[in-house]
Amino acid sequence: MIERKVDALLATVGLVIFAIIYGLIEAEVIGPFWKLNIIIICINVIMSVSLNLINGYTGQFSLGHAGFMAVGAYVSVVLTAKLQLPFGLAILAAAAAAGFVGFLIGIPTLRLNGDYLAIATLGLCEIIRIVIMNIDYVGGAAGFTGIPRYTTFAWAFLVMLATLLFIKNFVNSAYGRACIAIRENEIAAEAMGVKVVNYKVLAFTLGAAFAGIAGALFAHCFYILMPGTFGFLQSFNYLIMVVLGGLGSITGSIAGAIVVTGISAALAGVPEFRMIIYSLILILLMFYRPQGLFGYVEITNLPVFRYLKNMSPEAKKAMGMADEADGKGGRA
Amino acid sequence: MAEAILKCSNVSIEFGGLTAVDDFNMYITEGELVGLIGPNGAGKTTAFNLLTGVYSPTSGSIEFCGEDVTGKKPSYITEKGVARTFQNIRLFSELSVLDNVKIAFHKHIRYGLLEAALRIGRYMEDEIRTDIRARQLLKIFDLEDLAEETAKNLPYGAQRRLEIARALATGPKLLLLDEPAAGMNPQETQELMNLIAWLQKKFGISILLIEHDMSLVMGICERIYVLEYGMTIAMGSPAEIQRDPQVIRAYLGGDD
Repeated sequence: MIERKVDALLATVGLVIFAIIYGLIEAEVIGPFWKLNIIIICINVIMSVSLNLINGYTGQFSLGHAGFMAVGAYVSVVLTAKLQLPFGLAILAAAAAAGFVGFLIGIPTLRLNGDYLAIATLGLCEIIRIVIMNIDYVGGAAGFTGIPRYTTFAWAFLVMLATLLFIKNFVNSAYGRACIAIRENEIAAEAMGVKVVNYKVLAFTLGAAFAGIAGALFAHCFYILMPGTFGFLQSFNYLIMVVLGGLGSITGSIAGAIVVTGISAALAGVPEFRMIIYSLILILLMFYRPQGLFGYVEITNLPVFRYLKNMSPEAKKAMGMADEADGKGGRA
Repeated sequence: MAEAILKCSNVSIEFGGLTAVDDFNMYITEGELVGLIGPNGAGKTTAFNLLTGVYSPTSGSIEFCGEDVTGKKPSYITEKGVARTFQNIRLFSELSVLDNVKIAFHKHIRYGLLEAALRIGRYMEDEIRTDIRARQLLKIFDLEDLAEETAKNLPYGAQRRLEIARALATGPKLLLLDEPAAGMNPQETQELMNLIAWLQKKFGISILLIEHDMSLVMGICERIYVLEYGMTIAMGSPAEIQRDPQVIRAYLGGDD
């Protein structure tokens, strides 16, 4: 099973990176400042990859991703801080809740296209934030305090790894192909039997669910959670990561999240120049690489993976079977 | 006479005050190759869009295999067994030729979301089967060497062929081809017409072919409908159509 071999290789690479960073943190080579930022990078990777599923793969311009993150964050803190439930369960509940909200929002808004959809999702994201701000049970505008700091590097990294494998396999399946077909040509996709509205809602729901997971991880990084964190500027931030990395590339979204989060952390020492340098980097990147760092290219297109794919007995068998069938079914 | 698989009864559609297709009646029997011709702007593509569910008719009904599909969605009608190509090519242009065809196998995929995400269960079996069948189809259309090529990089004629291959991948009983020879040179056109006639026999499907160039369809179609200004002005065998005074007037002009 060649595809599973690639999966296993990717998972192994992921776990090796995990072990290295974990070792460096334990050895205190990486200090608390960068440790926190690495956790934030993992969370932002989940956010950008899940947003890419909606914006990059399905081609639906959503600007409300931080709203789903907020839903996940608040649902999870209620479960852990108020109801003393385990963290893992809170993450799953966050995914379910955010996914459900995404589903509810998706059904009416995904009938819109382009700019209209962007504005609708932006507005709905703000509504989520304002609703949360007015619920006293979760602390209102003052914020939710007393959150257990469950999010360790291990939680963040391993959840990120699972998310990446899930979304990678999704986009490479018939479901992902249907989503990409919608991006490429909605009318043709519908004519090929793809139920366009269903798939848009599916991608939106999945994207929102993963944003909810990221929200749960984020909420448990700090003692306090403020609704103001999830404003529309935050949604733009995730959009920047996706566009910078390349719409339609998971590798790109990872790179985008690392670059954007890394730059803003690295420039934390020079707050007066931070936004200027950050903006300049964005402008230059868009100028010289408008398709983003990776465009449609994935890391699995690299020669080492190609080699693996070509050498697989499955691939050869598949080709052999195709040849046989051609003998009978080909054009006479 | 064989059973009609498609039956349009008194189908009309209006856009604002304009009646684009007026009182359109058509039947297609199993395995038949039918032509739909008419001058530019006669409403041929609109008729196609009505048959495939892109537009809902203002009045009238469309029946496919005995089921009323009037006003149903295009994806539903495709599932029932009507596939189409587009006059202005609509490929998934950033995707590979192979993926273009694989998308059209959509309704044959049986695995669920979780099976896809974890690559378990029926996932591998279905994917390998889809791959094989997609490559077989590409071979029929002489596209197998271009399978990994990005669709937008294909030459024009190959893009047209890919569109037909993709439509066939949906497993249709009725294939609608909207000016498949548009922009092709005479030799390519002749090859394409031979291919279409061959497809009809090989797959045993019915084909409805739009052309505005009459000479192309005369050779292969068994029956021809002629539209002008949204109205059906003639229907019959190629020989009857060629003699029909109204058709001659529509194409060559003349006194009323």
